[in-house]
Amino acid sequence: MSAAPYPYAWAAGYYDDGDRPQVVTSRFQYDDSYTLDRYHATGGYEGLRKALGMQPAEVADEVKKSTLLGRGGAGFPAGVKWGFTPAGVWPRYLVVNGDESEPGTYKDRLLMELDPHQLIEGCLIASYAAGLSQCFLYVRGEMALAHERVAKALDDAYAAGYIGKNILDTNFSVDIVLHWGAGAYVVGEETALIESLEGERGMPRLKPPYFPAAIGLYGMPTIVNNVETLSNLPFIASNGSAAYTAIGTETSPGTRMIAVSGHVKRPGVYEIVNGSTTFRDLIYGDEFAQGIRDGNELKAFVPGGGSAPWFVADQLDIPFEGREASGAGSMLGSGAVMVMDDTTDIPAAALTLVKFYAHESCGKCVPCREGGTWLYRILERIVAGNGTDADLDTIRQVGESICPGDMPHAASERLGISAVPFPYKMTTICFVGPSAYVPVHSAMTLFPEEFDALVTKREPRSLIHVTAAPSGGQ
Amino acid sequence: MSDERPEDTVDESVDEQTDVVVEPEPEPDPNAVPITLNGREIVARKGESIIAAADRHGEYIPRFCYHPRMSAVGMCRQCMVEVDTGRGPMLQPSCMITVSPDMKVETESPTAKRAQEGMIELLLANHPLDCPVCDKGGECPLQDQAFSHGPGESRYVEQKRNYEKPIALSDHVLLDRERCILCDRCTRFADEVAGDKLIHFIARGNATQVNTFPDEPFSSYFSGNTVQICPVGALTAKPYRFKARPWDLEQVESTCTTCSVGCRISVHSSRDELLRFQGVDTGLDTESVNLGWLCDRGRFNFEALESDLRLGAPMVRGDAGLAATTWSSAMQLARQLIDEADSIGLLGGARSTNEGAFAWARLADALDIAHRDAQLGDGLPAEVLGLSRATIGDMSNAATVILVGPDLKEELPVLHLRLRDAVQKGRTKVIEFSSQSTGMTPYAWRSVRHAPGMGPHEIAKTLSDEHVAAQIASGDVVLVAGRSNLAVSEETALAAVRSVLDAVPRAKVLPALRRGNVVGALQLGLAPADAEHGALATLRAAADGHLDLLVLLGADPINDCPDADLARRALAGARRIISIDTFPSESTKLADLVLPAAAFGEQNGSTTNLEGRVSRLNQKVTVNGTARPDWMIAAELAAMLGHDLGVGSVDDVTAAIAASVPAYAQATAEQFESVDGALAVAPTADLPAAAPFEAQPSGYDYRLVVSRKLYDRAVTTAMSPSLAKLAIGAGAHIHPLDLDRVGEPDGAEVKLISSSGSVVLPLIADESVQRGTIWAPFNQPGADITEVVDSSSAVTDVRIERLS
Repeated sequence: MSAAPYPYAWAAGYYDDGDRPQVVTSRFQYDDSYTLDRYHATGGYEGLRKALGMQPAEVADEVKKSTLLGRGGAGFPAGVKWGFTPAGVWPRYLVVNGDESEPGTYKDRLLMELDPHQLIEGCLIASYAAGLSQCFLYVRGEMALAHERVAKALDDAYAAGYIGKNILDTNFSVDIVLHWGAGAYVVGEETALIESLEGERGMPRLKPPYFPAAIGLYGMPTIVNNVETLSNLPFIASNGSAAYTAIGTETSPGTRMIAVSGHVKRPGVYEIVNGSTTFRDLIYGDEFAQGIRDGNELKAFVPGGGSAPWFVADQLDIPFEGREASGAGSMLGSGAVMVMDDTTDIPAAALTLVKFYAHESCGKCVPCREGGTWLYRILERIVAGNGTDADLDTIRQVGESICPGDMPHAASERLGISAVPFPYKMTTICFVGPSAYVPVHSAMTLFPEEFDALVTKREPRSLIHVTAAPSGGQ
Repeated sequence: MSDERPEDTVDESVDEQTDVVVEPEPEPDPNAVPITLNGREIVARKGESIIAAADRHGEYIPRFCYHPRMSAVGMCRQCMVEVDTGRGPMLQPSCMITVSPDMKVETESPTAKRAQEGMIELLLANHPLDCPVCDKGGECPLQDQAFSHGPGESRYVEQKRNYEKPIALSDHVLLDRERCILCDRCTRFADEVAGDKLIHFIARGNATQVNTFPDEPFSSYFSGNTVQICPVGALTAKPYRFKARPWDLEQVESTCTTCSVGCRISVHSSRDELLRFQGVDTGLDTESVNLGWLCDRGRFNFEALESDLRLGAPMVRGDAGLAATTWSSAMQLARQLIDEADSIGLLGGARSTNEGAFAWARLADALDIAHRDAQLGDGLPAEVLGLSRATIGDMSNAATVILVGPDLKEELPVLHLRLRDAVQKGRTKVIEFSSQSTGMTPYAWRSVRHAPGMGPHEIAKTLSDEHVAAQIASGDVVLVAGRSNLAVSEETALAAVRSVLDAVPRAKVLPALRRGNVVGALQLGLAPADAEHGALATLRAAADGHLDLLVLLGADPINDCPDADLARRALAGARRIISIDTFPSESTKLADLVLPAAAFGEQNGSTTNLEGRVSRLNQKVTVNGTARPDWMIAAELAAMLGHDLGVGSVDDVTAAIAASVPAYAQATAEQFESVDGALAVAPTADLPAAAPFEAQPSGYDYRLVVSRKLYDRAVTTAMSPSLAKLAIGAGAHIHPLDLDRVGEPDGAEVKLISSSGSVVLPLIADESVQRGTIWAPFNQPGADITEVVDSSSAVTDVRIERLS
């Protein structure tokens, strides 16, 4: 079954061999998984029908009982989040964050390309349960196919009476608006996404006071949910929260989509059992990434998207459970594991990530705008063999201006250091600023010898990762 | 000083309560929020940010993006302080956090200081250290705070940003992008305050920069404010750029007299040359007139005062035209002209100081001059000042503001900002009546268009509408009253004002008369006793040869009277003319005697704005040539003519005003030097009757609307090179569909013909013009639209004759 020819080669990066529960990827096996016909044939919109037969509060309660955790990065329970909207303020909006742009993450893209109706059904269930008047679906600018598939699915669902006025002949009405982003990493941050939706430049708002649940889109209460989070709702609505919590662990029920990339034999997207699957399972398991390429050794891995502090082999047995990951000094983040084997040039790898975050700073707040690029420039110099000891101190001090206080990192038996738990403190408005410091901090903490070697020997590395400055004047 | 304010507030409420009911334990002030600031217990106000509370209590937190008159954005992260709300101290931007009870704030703890120093270092990373050649050096918040709150040195050794230097955002504002720290102040100002969202951030990350949209300059009437609030030297104003160093400047606070809003300004000079005007914000707890903002016209017209064309010596007409003479012979001649005249008219005074206007009014009284007017047939009868007067504060707090007058953005720009602010903040709804769309139209709750002259009918109809009536009943109403159209008669304009007051008798009135001290001049005795002795009547009398002498006190009827033909005939018909002015004008050219007057910045005194607020004018530079203040000329003439006014200094005149004009009894020098000035409002008066215009069918096709633009041929604008080039030029603006009907291309010259004259002007397609009307800007370079205006007819109808 898994050998079914997927619509295009890259999407084939999804593997479902093995006997794992499928909550959101059950239709990925079909060529026409994205069509309304296939969706109908496989129980589509049954969850919505069932939900509409219940009171909205009952549906919300069911979602709360399922302990469905947000999949965007923060891992906050979705049902609880819905409850934060102030009573009696209308209209209120659902904004779907489909601006998946965290380095290493590509699972929402597959969900939108291969099962857009599941997402739409999730939006409708959420709108019904949380009493939301209108839904805005924000799809990342670079995802042309996802945009096309979601647009077609919306047309079909409108025509079939699932969206619009009096859905399925009930009193429930909701519209879904599709919005195509213009390609900015920061717009994955919920308040920046709202700014972008409003037609403004995508720059994050300050919390407080701009917590979206209170003052969101057009100043109204707004729930911002991730694509994968909403894609779980049809399953929960159809099968009940008990069926959902039966999968995974108590604190992290259900499944979650993890994108594995880097130096593994079989990179791809895997739907894993939440809470119990470990990083070792994922990286070495036969039904997952099948181990490190070319028989090399694991050197380090990023457990939760480019902005997460790095783990090393010491942390392989940590399961996909939020508290365990943060206690060990990192986060599960956006569901992306990037694996580096022992051939990796650690400073250069850090440089690649720092360059990305420095470039993607929206320019709003100073520590990120100035600090990110400063970190990038120092690191670039170090990697090019022109660094000094003092530069390493400067990196830490510039980092301190972005993330004051103790910086989270993993334990390393090799170095005899213990973990500093996640999260960090920050002087910036959003997480982009700290994300520029995280990779270089992790790299310098877990592999100090590589940096020492660079600043003492001053041998330039091959700079395939590094070309022009990420920014600069004319 | 500011320490005591919140406690004062508490005490007041205590007093009030104990007055009414004797209670030992009064209720605490619901607006008081006790917090601990650097170990000190202070009382903050509910809803206040930490940085604002700290400012009021004398604790300075460094900042760049925070501005008390704009919304907080938390961009620069400089105002980081440690805030403990019970969950332990956390670093927070103090501009974004509102105070909560028992909050503990540390602004100088090691952690806070570390964060503040770190931020300065980051800001300076890419900021060029070109302070020695930067205009801002010496008055630069970044420079100052780098010293006071910075680490003292930088570890940044990488290459700094480089950009082309500088780029022009507008005709006035230049941007050196490498100096910009992206605090969002200018962009926020353009969006929130000015409503001209023409500059924004482009690019991202370290390459983020402020810029305009392509091919769309930052052509805002308020662009100069961005230069003033820029916390670095990124934005500079062309008229001041490279002119002086801040430490060479001397400054004095004064009041702008460009229009009647009376903005607080500080006047900067170096080496006896005026170099810069800046807006002054008298503070959040004061009746700030302008909130610190200025319009570009008021900000940059200091150029005119330094013009080489200024009048510097008296001139007398001889065989070869006007020739310079001495003051003593000029004054002898003036005395002789006055002595010989049986009938005298006195026009002007609105550009003068209170003292100048008062002294001339006294002289006019002594000489029994009945024909006098500080306006030139372009305003409203002086009785409008005797209506229940609103202040600008009343206007910006009123539930409803009814606008029957000029386009505020064009004539009283800062008043426009205040009204726009009231609308944007949701306090006020504006009901606007006009014959074409105005700067306020986008913000108006109701914007009613009427054909010129038909205002009273539309006003009566609109105000009787159920929803409008409900809105008006919902709270205070302020009527902003003025002349929206100089091509309809004063009586017709007055009828519109009356029709509002008939419908809403309780409305307070803010007179939107334009010239700097027009209110002061009218209130101090330069108002005509009745319409038979007003400006138009005076000009008619002169034109008919009934005036032996016409005295023009800073008045240029040929340019400023809406009936140019009448003005020209008047100046030809008056037997003798004395002109007292700062600049040569069309009218001074026709004078027999020209006396040079001291201009703004060259004399002390006071001025009265449209609210009746009397505030200080201060001398900053010496007068041009031998020019004299108006009051001095009047006093000397009076003495020569045997009517000694008993004043020997400007302070004597100020005292005489306070002593003899009841409305100005409070306007003593001490009073009007206070932050809020003193209010002087004319005694109650009734508006003269005005019959509404009844539409008459006419053989003409278009009804004319003539109104002012901000940049016109007004003397201080025309004499300021930076401003003069911004005048749009004379033209007849017509709706594109009407233009099709005429059958001429856009821009083609045509002849406009009215019953009283004709003028050749280019026809310009303009969608903001109502169909069936033609709008022409007043007093623009080019042919004069007032050729076709007849001040004696209620409206002006014109037809178009093709030249081709």
